[in-house]
Amino acid sequence: MSAWMQKQQARSTRAAAVASAVAEDAAELASEQRISMYTEAPSGEVCIEDFERYAIDRLRVLKGIEEAKTKGFKGDQLQELVVKLAEKHLRGATQQETRWKDAVSHFVLRLAYCKTEDLRRWFLQHECELFKSRFRNELPASQVDFMRRHSFDYEALAGEEYQVLKPDLVKVQESVGNSAFANEIKQATSRDAFFKVPFEQVPDLVATRRVLLKAGWAYVSRHEVASLVVSRFRAGLSHALVLTARRWATIIADEEADRLTPLISTLSERYLGPDYGDERKGPSEAVMAAQIPYLAKESFPLCMQSMYHRLHTDAHLKHNGRLQLGLFLKGIGLPLEEAMKFWRAEFGPKCMGEAFDKKYAYGVRYNYAKEGKRTDYTPYSCMKIIQTPVPRGEAFGCPYKTASPQELTEQLRAMRLPPRVVEEAVSKARGHHYQLACTAVFQGQHNCICESGISHPNQYYDESRKELTAAQGATATVTLGGAEHKTPVVKSSASAQALTAGPTPMTT
Amino acid sequence: MAEEQEAKRPRLDDEKEDMDAEGSAPGTSGLSTGAPAQRPKKSVQDLMRPYYGSKFPYDEFCAWLAYGHDSKLPQADAMFFQRRELCFTLDGDIFVRYQSFKDKEELQRAMANKVPAKIDIGPIYNVDPQRRKAYTGLAADRVFAPVERELVFDIDLTDYDDVRTCGKEAHICSACWPLMAVAVQVIDACLREDFGFKHILWVFSGRRGIHCWVCDERARKMTDEQRSAVASYLSVYRGSEGGAAKLALSQVSAANHPSVERALRLLYAAWTESILPQQRLLADEPAWKAVLAIIKDEEVCERLHGRWQRAHGRLTSGDISSERWAELSTEIDKVLDSKSADRARKQQLLRARKEVLFAFAYPRLDVEVSKKMNHLLKAPFCIHPKTGKVCVPMDPGSIWSFDPEAVVTVHGLLDEERGSPKAAAAEQAMAEALQTFHGCFLDELAASSRQSIIAKARSAAQAGLAW
Repeated sequence: MSAWMQKQQARSTRAAAVASAVAEDAAELASEQRISMYTEAPSGEVCIEDFERYAIDRLRVLKGIEEAKTKGFKGDQLQELVVKLAEKHLRGATQQETRWKDAVSHFVLRLAYCKTEDLRRWFLQHECELFKSRFRNELPASQVDFMRRHSFDYEALAGEEYQVLKPDLVKVQESVGNSAFANEIKQATSRDAFFKVPFEQVPDLVATRRVLLKAGWAYVSRHEVASLVVSRFRAGLSHALVLTARRWATIIADEEADRLTPLISTLSERYLGPDYGDERKGPSEAVMAAQIPYLAKESFPLCMQSMYHRLHTDAHLKHNGRLQLGLFLKGIGLPLEEAMKFWRAEFGPKCMGEAFDKKYAYGVRYNYAKEGKRTDYTPYSCMKIIQTPVPRGEAFGCPYKTASPQELTEQLRAMRLPPRVVEEAVSKARGHHYQLACTAVFQGQHNCICESGISHPNQYYDESRKELTAAQGATATVTLGGAEHKTPVVKSSASAQALTAGPTPMTT
Repeated sequence: MAEEQEAKRPRLDDEKEDMDAEGSAPGTSGLSTGAPAQRPKKSVQDLMRPYYGSKFPYDEFCAWLAYGHDSKLPQADAMFFQRRELCFTLDGDIFVRYQSFKDKEELQRAMANKVPAKIDIGPIYNVDPQRRKAYTGLAADRVFAPVERELVFDIDLTDYDDVRTCGKEAHICSACWPLMAVAVQVIDACLREDFGFKHILWVFSGRRGIHCWVCDERARKMTDEQRSAVASYLSVYRGSEGGAAKLALSQVSAANHPSVERALRLLYAAWTESILPQQRLLADEPAWKAVLAIIKDEEVCERLHGRWQRAHGRLTSGDISSERWAELSTEIDKVLDSKSADRARKQQLLRARKEVLFAFAYPRLDVEVSKKMNHLLKAPFCIHPKTGKVCVPMDPGSIWSFDPEAVVTVHGLLDEERGSPKAAAAEQAMAEALQTFHGCFLDELAASSRQSIIAKARSAAQAGLAW
């Protein structure tokens, strides 16, 4: 093991210099079809655009994995999804190109994610998931071949020991529901069905009692070899990341100060937008995290829109804002788990994983009466929002009150309201009629009359949805009047997809 | 449910226990024949100084934590002991973390000086924890981090409050000790047979819990992930949700992992012999309702419930809970034997009967303690500040005869008249505790630590420096 580590160390120091050429084990690559231990950095030239593009494509895969896991994907379902994600984002025109892209993107992200403990942990976790899914997706023969090539020379369980352990091995297989395999063991003395390894190497199998343990040995069935391979993959990558960090700090960052350093240092902060895949169709009354970007644009009142905008650009929002926006989102029907997903994604670039859990998850749960006093707080009304004093630089509060006329004008123009409406709203706001200003915007935005006036952000939202649904029902008869955001609801989910998956959020 | 039981049952509660400490010394209660001491008892804190001065077993304590590195072996790492964090809790709940000591003498001086109310043992760090400040804010490879730590487990009787009928919270008595005894048996068997650990120290925590220290080198070197895995492997009982126990048993099959089956065998013996009768688990309505809630099968539950309600208050010759458990088993067997009952129902009942044992008696680990290297745990031979009891080592082989109420106390050791039978008994008990420490743990550990150091030097010489 330690010899392997030393080799790994030597390799990853080289690996750090992605752009420079390193001799490559061509024979290995030829048989290395779809999966790699990434022990060798790829050699050759990469143009700077590809360098970045590949990295971002891989980042999409890793973020997709994170997303899927927060949604509770597990086991085969997760594996399938991960393989699909990789297929979608990492596939090249030829097999060779695919391998090339896979290797380059992996090593670029290694550089980008080696700097802090948090980044390393995040990268390690999701790379391992990717590796594991790909490995498990291979045919057994290919898996064995892979293990042989990477000298996983474990002792196969055989002879007397096998006979003695057989009843227990059968029991373990039965207890995890592999009755077919259990019968196979019972009937035949199938050779090479189990590897005998120290239990430390398969913590995941130990944790779930999927493996027989005797005196410190774990008897791993050939169906579970993935966790053995992953365990070594993890150890190697974890070690390599630390070495890369050291090397980056001492040498490369300076050498590449003009070329790669700026690119690398921003990569890990890249926000790819909440790419929530195809999980867009929930029950009609519940709102999904993935819908928020387009709902914000279509139906949020200005206060919520600007807070959302601030959150999205800063990847942060202060306490009061989190409370105000969080309760509003609860009010529009965003369930707790979706809320968690939303906030996690929004805070993602700055604060992820455990740090997020420690600092902010409590607050999200608090809003849903799961923490603290466990009071079911209701979303704030306009009155409450207007009356709350807003310190400078904070994003909460009523923008018709807090924003200067210039700022307000700009914000309203960004909503693509007709100039007449903008003018009206700004002048009402100037006259301290904040709710009337808001009502004017609502009417301008939806091209309708709002008789009751706006007194609650959630009312604004509900009225807006009602208007838009009605418009959808009568697409043929209602004149759209140039208000392009008045897209029927059904179509808008498609446009939201474009919004989140398109190139725009990438560059923010 | 818990409150109902509490109100209806006779129980020994906290006050009783506190009175114990002030009344006749529990450490010698077996021998005391009459007159309680006349003069006022000294407080535990008052006795701490003389305890650390003359009674605390520094030799054994340090021999353990040095793992052979205190020897004259040329390969011994003289800094090893000093890299260990000890945490002192001073009077008034002041935690003084990151204490470290060069050797026994230095530790002895510090303890005599500071008289900590409690000592916790932390991990071994890569550098002397007192010098940790020099390592903050440095590059990734030079951080201050734990590198070694015993694998520890903590089981506390308060976690059994929803199934204990004899008392709650700090309460401990002979009726609830079986829960701890079977916990020791189950966990000890797993650690030895499944994981192959040999150097396992079991300690009474001084009031109502037990600690386990797995000290094999392999255990000490485990990563946090591996620790979590072992803890999860050992956790069949995963807390309760809405009053029902969450059990990590096989969901897909009646067969369980061999390790779980072994646990069940141990639980079953403890259940029928001690836990069921002593905890009176089927003696009255709230209790049997809790059991029947796990059985679930409507027909069986209704029949038994009705029968037991009618028999309420009737006297029996034997133990009522055991009799009723037998009735319950008979009812289940009847269904299992009947031809009309469908397979799913039989499966469910078969499983439910096992689940009762796991829900009521399976060791309830505080897994957070085990998961992380840098979690602190109270050191053996400390004095519990409330009870004055010494945290004595226990022999897992004779755990059933361990009496938590007869554990030696600091009062017995230091507040009795010299030469009195009570003082002599306390001395004797302390000597026995040390014997247990040596016999069950330290002697073998010392031999194996020594061998490991020699072996390491040899392999290092052969292979160059290990990373």
